[in-house]
Amino acid sequence: MAEGHSADNMTLTLKVWRQKNRNTEGRFVTYTLGGVSPDMSFLEMVDILNTQLIERNEEPIAFDHDCREGICGSCAMYINGRPHGPKQVTACQLHMRSFNDGDTITIEPWRAAAFPIIKDLSVDRSAFDRIVAAGGYISINTGNAQDANSTPVPKEAADEAFMAAACIGCGACVAACKNASAMLFVSAKISQLALLPQGQAERRIRAEKMVAQMDEEGFGACSNTGACSAECPKGISMTNIARMNREYYGAKLKSTNV
Amino acid sequence: MSWLLRFFSSSIGKKLIMALTGLFLCSFLVVHMIGNTQLFYADQGLAFNKYAVIMTSNPLIEIISIGLYFFILLHTVQGLLLAYKNRQARPVGYAKFNNSSRWQSRNMAILGTIILVFLVVHMSRFWYQYRFDYVPYKKYVENIQTGQMVSTQAMAESYAVKRRIVEDLDETTGHKVTIVRDLYKEVEVAFQNLPLVLLYVLSMVALAYHLVHGFQSGFQTLGLNHPKYNPLVRWVGVGLFAILIPAVFAAMPIYFYVKSLG
Repeated sequence: MAEGHSADNMTLTLKVWRQKNRNTEGRFVTYTLGGVSPDMSFLEMVDILNTQLIERNEEPIAFDHDCREGICGSCAMYINGRPHGPKQVTACQLHMRSFNDGDTITIEPWRAAAFPIIKDLSVDRSAFDRIVAAGGYISINTGNAQDANSTPVPKEAADEAFMAAACIGCGACVAACKNASAMLFVSAKISQLALLPQGQAERRIRAEKMVAQMDEEGFGACSNTGACSAECPKGISMTNIARMNREYYGAKLKSTNV
Repeated sequence: MSWLLRFFSSSIGKKLIMALTGLFLCSFLVVHMIGNTQLFYADQGLAFNKYAVIMTSNPLIEIISIGLYFFILLHTVQGLLLAYKNRQARPVGYAKFNNSSRWQSRNMAILGTIILVFLVVHMSRFWYQYRFDYVPYKKYVENIQTGQMVSTQAMAESYAVKRRIVEDLDETTGHKVTIVRDLYKEVEVAFQNLPLVLLYVLSMVALAYHLVHGFQSGFQTLGLNHPKYNPLVRWVGVGLFAILIPAVFAAMPIYFYVKSLG
């Protein structure tokens, strides 16, 4: 591949965290990658590096990816000191035009005790699944589908619930937080149901169980620094954390769990 | 009761303790600042010395101050435990860290530790001395008709009474005599010491940064985040607690140091 420094053909130095598995020590490996187009997504850039690694008979870099359209939350990469890099979008929606020719880019996995490293940049985020499984759902006896408008929901409540439901569970909030706290994620999952009539019946037990599971997983507490919301690709607001706190206080005061 | 224990040992319960104790300590700062502005009165310390007597003898204030000591300890211990636990949540840090949050919000434990060191110095210098150690007495003679100070006199070291204040009215001369422990003098002497003045000023800067985040953060933890009241919380937190109160407190050692220069 030709070495070039024109605007359409960037050469980058990539410092990538390589770790065989969760039991071995990891380290940074530096790669030089030429022929990067500014129109590539960040993941496509890593794909090209991986192709070269495979051609050289080296182990490609393991990283999570799925939809590549910014809605699945798989692509967990800590790029140049920020989750998903310099733009408030997922790594698949980050384009190489956000960088300059000759830049050094540091790529690290999410760092949290509750997100153990599987390999390289891939971390185990099943802690989020266990938190949702603890109570982030509505129990209903299924039968025939209900008529669409049989449960009226005011527009304002529907909008607010939808804003919370926009959370894709990517874990950028945990990665950004100095305490590796999962409160923005958990509060979004509690809020999306607490705001809707369907979520009322299990409202208290849900808050109690999800917060208990969150603590169990080893996430930190909230220092209200706001880094989570600032880095969230879906812009989930800190007001959800305040709501979760209210839900939790109310649940602890009123639930019959003694 | 196990639900209550579980609640206070949860991450949100621990933060609730930080918020409630922190906001209580904020309310103490307001009272302490208003009371201590009497140091600026040009009455040779009479008002301040009388205020010190009230603050250490009124039974209601005594009860509240026991609560205050307890809450200072609780806020400190809980804060350090939380900082330790939060560190454990990320055993391996990042090589590159470009955090999009304010410095003070990430360093509350460091700021709090500076304030703790200050509190130990401050309380051993004044609180301990006034309550448990020797403080000389001073006699003030006022004319109650004109309100003028007729004379003042430092009492000899041999003068010691059980009470912290003795007040007497001489009806023939119309003079009111007050003999009171002279904490004002202790303050005046202490703040002739430049390193101590600098420690106080530096600690008030740490307090300002601690409160610019802490006051608002307390409300968020309590779940009080509302577009109608957030601006008020922000203004009170920044204007009163992060600017006015630390500035007035810092002015006290500076005032006495400048006064001592003559």
